[in-house]
Amino acid sequence: MSTLAWKRSTRLLIYLVLIILVILYLVPVYVVVVTSLKNNAEVSLTQMWNLPSVFSFSSIKAAWAQLGPNFGNSFELAIPATILSALLGSLNGYALSKWKFKGSNVLFFLILFGMFIPYQSVLIPLLRVMDTIGLYNTIAGLILVHVVYGIPIATLIFRNFYVAIPTELMEAGKIDGTGYWGIFRHIILPLSIPGFVVAGIWQFTQIWNNFLFAVSLTNPPNQPVTVALVNIAGSQTIQWNVQMASALLVSIPTLIVYILLGKYFVRGLLAGSVKG
Amino acid sequence: MNHEGVHRRKFSWDTFSSVATLIPSLILLGVFVYGFIAWTVYVSLTKWNSFIPDFSFAGLMNYMAIFNTYRFQSDLRNIVVFTVLFIVLCLVVGLALAILVDQKIKAEGFFRSIFIFPMAISFVVTGVVWSWILNPNTGVNLILKAFGWKSLPSWFLSTTITPSIPIGQIQLGIPIALLAVLIAAVWQMSGFAMAVYLAGLRAIADDIKEAARIDGAGAWRIFFSIILPQLKATTTTIIIILTAASLKIFGLIYAMTGPGQAFVTDMPSLNMFQTTFQGDAFAQGAAIAVVLLLLIAVFIIPYLISTLRQGENS
Repeated sequence: MSTLAWKRSTRLLIYLVLIILVILYLVPVYVVVVTSLKNNAEVSLTQMWNLPSVFSFSSIKAAWAQLGPNFGNSFELAIPATILSALLGSLNGYALSKWKFKGSNVLFFLILFGMFIPYQSVLIPLLRVMDTIGLYNTIAGLILVHVVYGIPIATLIFRNFYVAIPTELMEAGKIDGTGYWGIFRHIILPLSIPGFVVAGIWQFTQIWNNFLFAVSLTNPPNQPVTVALVNIAGSQTIQWNVQMASALLVSIPTLIVYILLGKYFVRGLLAGSVKG
Repeated sequence: MNHEGVHRRKFSWDTFSSVATLIPSLILLGVFVYGFIAWTVYVSLTKWNSFIPDFSFAGLMNYMAIFNTYRFQSDLRNIVVFTVLFIVLCLVVGLALAILVDQKIKAEGFFRSIFIFPMAISFVVTGVVWSWILNPNTGVNLILKAFGWKSLPSWFLSTTITPSIPIGQIQLGIPIALLAVLIAAVWQMSGFAMAVYLAGLRAIADDIKEAARIDGAGAWRIFFSIILPQLKATTTTIIIILTAASLKIFGLIYAMTGPGQAFVTDMPSLNMFQTTFQGDAFAQGAAIAVVLLLLIAVFIIPYLISTLRQGENS
């Protein structure tokens, strides 16, 4: 075989393998979408892989009837918590990257450690405190919890983002006589939009998808969608088509964000692997 | 750190502002992370094992109690087996995907997006969906049956443990049911390994590879003696991050299998949750949480210290 033919067939093989892998990764998507579009009569164990003979939205409607109120909860939780978390992260990241002081790296370490702890190790006191301050079983309480435990990752994302901004830009501000806050407002903040997008997307996804805090701190009717989904899935009386439709609905908001802004999502993903 | 000299003056309002900025966050984390951990450790040393709080000192009684239960012994087996297999599979799959995507292919963005999208989905969604795909009465087994497969796997409902070596109260080995959870977990997290590997691959200078090629090294040789050694730091990063994620795994297990029959798919995180909030054994739950925290801290603390040091020196 000539080198050219050899090269061409390896290229072909690479695409073939990639396409097989794509199909494998999309199997759950196929199952969820196909099952969600079946009506009660068509969902059966033996015909799981079959396409529906008629597209029916009855399962999705049934799922929405169950999940609708919880969607409200999740948005009420995720949107403010994301915004607050990003703002705090931006302030901390600015302090830790541009105004290092003696011991700031130790503080950075102490902040970052909070990102890796299993939250079970704070859960008992957390529940008691939330109960005492009257925030147990409230969306406001969940917002507080997500903002606090989101500080490490938000700080990390912004700190790494600001490290990449050249210090010379700040020197100009210093010469003009603007101090810490002036430089933040007039120089750093206007450059921070990509940082806010990365941190915002990451935090929105994490908060929306979180289950442990949601299941520990809320009861019906204040539960976010992830808890409602598990309740639906755990119920013996709810059909598979409605369960899959619920799984689909729960995933749609984060998937839309991912499809629109996937590049920034990956940057958040990579930021999670630290970088001193 | 040569530019640091610019900031380091004697007292300045700017440094004061920098510290002041951090104070609210430090107070919050001081209470919610460090304070609460200390509180949990304290609870784990008390006799609070019923609905009514009892803070009388119990020493290490709760730790001895949990290590003597069939359930916690199963948890330790499961978490070790699961984490090792999960890391190995994610590394292999992630690296393979990264190499494939890195071949200057068309529609690279599309392929990358597909392999990473499960990361944007909740673990509980993954659990619900895969428990349907791997349901022994349907799903994958229908396909296996169509291919004439005789003894169909019972996936996460299996109670088999291979090999089955009796140690303590449990059988040591790989619980087959965990393999079903593993498939779901690797589907979800392999994209992370791919993304980090891809960044690592792209950081390797082309001229090193080019030089080796001119010297007559083949593709395999270049991969094993040049590319792989350069990915060492990347691999460490992936291992640490995924180990922390794996030890904490909760939502996926909760939604997909629960503790399983004879605790074949139970994990410390789930045990803690049920022991504490369903069993009202707060002190024992706290003890489980402390053990879990220590397991993770052993990996994370050295990693954080070394990466922060590197950052300081670069």
